[in-house]
Amino acid sequence: MDIISVKNLTKKFGDFIAVDDISFTVQKGEIFAFLGPNGAGKSTTIKMLTTILKPTSGEVSLDGHDPSHDALQARKSFGIVFQDPSLDDELTAYENIEFHGVLYGVPRETGRERSEQLLKIVELWDRKDELVKNFSGGMKRRLEIARGLLHHPKILFLDEPTQGLDPQTRNHIWSYIQNLNREEGITIFFTTHYMEEAEKVAQRVDVIDHGKIVAEGTPEELKKKTNAASLEEAFLSLTGHDIRDESASGADHMRTMGRAWGRR
Amino acid sequence: MQAIYIIWLRQLKRYLRSKSRIVGSLGQPLLFLVALGFGLGPIFQKAGGGNYLDFLAPGVIAMGILFTALFSGVEIIWDRQFGFLKETLVAPVSRLKIMIGRTLGGATVAMIQGVVVFILAFLIGFRPEYLTFGTFLLALVFMFLIAVLFTALGTAIASQLDDMQGFQLIMNFVVMPLFFLSGALFPTEGLPSGIALIVKIDPLSYGVDGLRHALTGMSSFGFGTDLLVLSLITGFLLFLGSYLFSKIQI
Repeated sequence: MDIISVKNLTKKFGDFIAVDDISFTVQKGEIFAFLGPNGAGKSTTIKMLTTILKPTSGEVSLDGHDPSHDALQARKSFGIVFQDPSLDDELTAYENIEFHGVLYGVPRETGRERSEQLLKIVELWDRKDELVKNFSGGMKRRLEIARGLLHHPKILFLDEPTQGLDPQTRNHIWSYIQNLNREEGITIFFTTHYMEEAEKVAQRVDVIDHGKIVAEGTPEELKKKTNAASLEEAFLSLTGHDIRDESASGADHMRTMGRAWGRR
Repeated sequence: MQAIYIIWLRQLKRYLRSKSRIVGSLGQPLLFLVALGFGLGPIFQKAGGGNYLDFLAPGVIAMGILFTALFSGVEIIWDRQFGFLKETLVAPVSRLKIMIGRTLGGATVAMIQGVVVFILAFLIGFRPEYLTFGTFLLALVFMFLIAVLFTALGTAIASQLDDMQGFQLIMNFVVMPLFFLSGALFPTEGLPSGIALIVKIDPLSYGVDGLRHALTGMSSFGFGTDLLVLSLITGFLLFLGSYLFSKIQI
């Protein structure tokens, strides 16, 4: 059964086409990797799937709900760890987690148990009462992941969740996520630049480049198709060796969107 | 309900933790009270206006609330830039509830600010004979209305802005005119007709007038008019703010 289905999805910012007529599906209970170089359209797609950006055209269904028309119902079906920071610096680590738990209706007792478990996994339990503004970049990242895993939705979006983390932490986090997937049947939709990570955990992969989907299949199928020894080689042969521009920062992006709005 | 509560609580915690913001935002009202209250007091008295500090203090209290409330609404821009806004916008909580939580939080903070300015004024000599516990409660009602009105206005404006560049613009073209043209500093009787008209359009005029009536018994529009106009505009801005907030994209 398809829990995510995307048909002819397009997003334009002014003249720039960030996502160009893509279609794909994700099955219930699957671990799905959405791979692509910087600026390929990954985050824009995730934003449209998670109700915070309206598509220019196309259809999306999340657990049977359309994120642009039935946003509240769609929001009940997923959780997300964003690529860029989304913590409140003026709150403590624990307060950030607590805030999330209340918004997502996690029962108090469950919330308390899971917070402790998750904060221990990301090794922040000892510092849970410190203000987030005193945390390093890596600590903030770990806290975001712990917070994102606090409630157990049907679909979990992870946008470059392990960016900048050491291998130990990455391992812990991925085994926790795989466990969630196995035990509770949570569908995982993630992006990453660590190809070995995708090769290890993803059951199916879509590769997006310049706003279009260029390949789709299991990691094995993609390797076979491109005659590559690893997913990384397959990825490079699919998307080329050119270095892409860094994706625009949040503020740049907002400016672009501001212009796009102005034109309408 | 719990979602509204936790959003309200967050606003309150953020306010109480920013000591510099609290102290900083008390400096300006204090300066107005001391410099204008004592500086213009003798002239006001000679012109037959009575005690200027009594006249001025409700205006400065309203100013404290206006600044804090609008700032609380505008905080959405910060939340957007620091990314926290996303966290609330993807949560399975209706935008209306988020807006209510934020507005109540901002309004609570602004009311605290108003009460603190009242205490400051009291300390430097604002003790109208009219004031009783009952009229103080009525003053709190007006403080609340002013606070909600301008938090909602701040939210509505901030929903349309992407970054802090526009903030200075808001200060110069919204906040300052609202304050200076509200009858907070001068009596609204006998003004040139152009200014008199602007004063009548400025929603803060009714807040100041209502507050002044509650604290000192002086009023130019009448207590009923103040309450009615203030409630209507507050209702409208809450509606507008909620609508614009619900349209935010990241």
